[in-house]
Amino acid sequence: MRDAFVRALMEEMAVNDRIILMTGDLGFGVLQPIWDHYPDRIINAGIAEQGMVGMAAGLASTGKIVFVYSIGNFPTLRPLEQIRNDCAYPGANVKIVCVGGGFVYGSLGMSHHATEDMAIMRALPGVTCFAPGDPAEAEATTHAAVRTGGTCYLRLGRGNEPKVHEGPVDDWHLPAPLTIREGTQVALLSSGGILTQTAEAARMLEKRGISAEVVSFPCFKPMDQFAVKELSERFPILLTVEEHNVTGGFGSAVCEIVAELGNGCRVYRVGLHDLYTAVVGNQQYLREVYGMDAESIADRAEALLHEKRTDA
Amino acid sequence: MENYEALVHQGFDGKPDTGDPAVLAWLIRRNGLEMSRISRGSHIGSVFSVAEIIAVLYTGILHVDPKNPQMPDRDRLILSKGHAGSAVYAALAETGFFPVEELKHHYENGSILSGHVSHKGIPGAEVSTGSLGHGLSIGAGMAMGARMNGEDWRTWVVLGDGECDEGSVWEAALQAAQFRLDRLVAVVDYNHMQSLFTVEKTLQLEPFEAKWKDFGWNAESVDGHDVRALRAAFERAMGNAGSGKPSVVLAHTVKGKGVSFMENNILWHYRTPQGEEYEAALKELEAQRP
Repeated sequence: MRDAFVRALMEEMAVNDRIILMTGDLGFGVLQPIWDHYPDRIINAGIAEQGMVGMAAGLASTGKIVFVYSIGNFPTLRPLEQIRNDCAYPGANVKIVCVGGGFVYGSLGMSHHATEDMAIMRALPGVTCFAPGDPAEAEATTHAAVRTGGTCYLRLGRGNEPKVHEGPVDDWHLPAPLTIREGTQVALLSSGGILTQTAEAARMLEKRGISAEVVSFPCFKPMDQFAVKELSERFPILLTVEEHNVTGGFGSAVCEIVAELGNGCRVYRVGLHDLYTAVVGNQQYLREVYGMDAESIADRAEALLHEKRTDA
Repeated sequence: MENYEALVHQGFDGKPDTGDPAVLAWLIRRNGLEMSRISRGSHIGSVFSVAEIIAVLYTGILHVDPKNPQMPDRDRLILSKGHAGSAVYAALAETGFFPVEELKHHYENGSILSGHVSHKGIPGAEVSTGSLGHGLSIGAGMAMGARMNGEDWRTWVVLGDGECDEGSVWEAALQAAQFRLDRLVAVVDYNHMQSLFTVEKTLQLEPFEAKWKDFGWNAESVDGHDVRALRAAFERAMGNAGSGKPSVVLAHTVKGKGVSFMENNILWHYRTPQGEEYEAALKELEAQRP
């Protein structure tokens, strides 16, 4: 997703000289094409995220569209108040980019696990939030962030993720979710890089005789209320999947919509259940430990369907 | 309510000459006293310490136009110590950005004039502040944007001394120097008092001028209540454009300046003058009318 982001951003920079990129001393190698092509439009702000985001707000006031790049929690939790007061409140054209949503930096430890960022950024009025699920979605959301006025949050995965979409995601307009696979018995709703596991879970369920729909939400704020309503009417169970704490994140956003509908649809949230990671491991290992790998997702969906049948 | 403008302009022969920094500074204090009385709002000590700094900026230093507050090539002023917002509100109103009468609504339900400075709905206010340590970074970004756009307006940021406890101030100090933002000028209202104790008893800033110089800034110290000295220092800071360094003016001030019982008294970071205290403060200000 990192490279897809850089590719899309460079396409935009080629046609829009208002776009500036700031980095908090990160992106070794990844941002090299931008240093090579646009040395006057990329700024290394140093390891000083509060200063970086404040400067981004000031730059935006002079007509720039400022992308702010860092990893993990560094571009969000560290300068949170600058995002709130200096960017979101005045509607500054600042796009906060996180590489490493979830457990991407697995073995580096909990400091590098972005597992509350979606909840925190979603709670800020005036911030449009994207969490692409694969490289094609990363490109589409990068273009969307440029087109969307005001402050945005772009939560990327890592590099070299497998593709979920065969081709590019063309003509996408936020906040529409993307149907990856159609099904009839249960819907798996996914936001962010965990999409690969969600899609794989549906394939596993198919082998077990269960038809699961997979829907990716590259935009988790605003939420597509109508799409969620429609899903809640078509399926008795929605399983939300996020590489993130379930408190306040994507699953919560779905629950907020469904609860107000009162139509009897059940929502179950797969994610970290109010925990920090406490074991060492790579991204896939941690997904397995915390129950959000494909098999755990499939097992959870199957168990929920079984409960439903037993209840009936 | 009484006619507010008539009240604060009482004793002037016609409309006060707000082009005179001494007059404007006096009016900032006069309005500050009245706004604090009406609203029962706090921070009058900070408003009094920053009065000359703001007055000098708005009398010939800042290139701004009250009739065209969004003029593209205007200088930008950020009051990073947002709690002294009524000083900027008063200066903007008295110099014609919005009606002086509006000032009586400070703190009022449904008003545009919040306790900490807000840009929403207030002509001439660039940035909303209140949480300390934000303004210098925003100013650095503005200065960088102006340079990228080939524009030669300046960015001014007024900081508090207590505010310089914030690490983000020093992030911005490093960044502004690194990026050679020589059209950025910071002014520190160095009144030596913060929220509980003196600066010296809280987090010592001295050697303060040397710190800024070590961070790569042009720095000088000045009497922050001497309008001529302030103007000269600001003009020197403006002359530093081309030096490749941002500039800071450390304006030595007295918290509560102008009212003897408020001076150097932490109480007046919070207290609002009512009754006899208001009358006594007003009497002292009247004696200083320029």
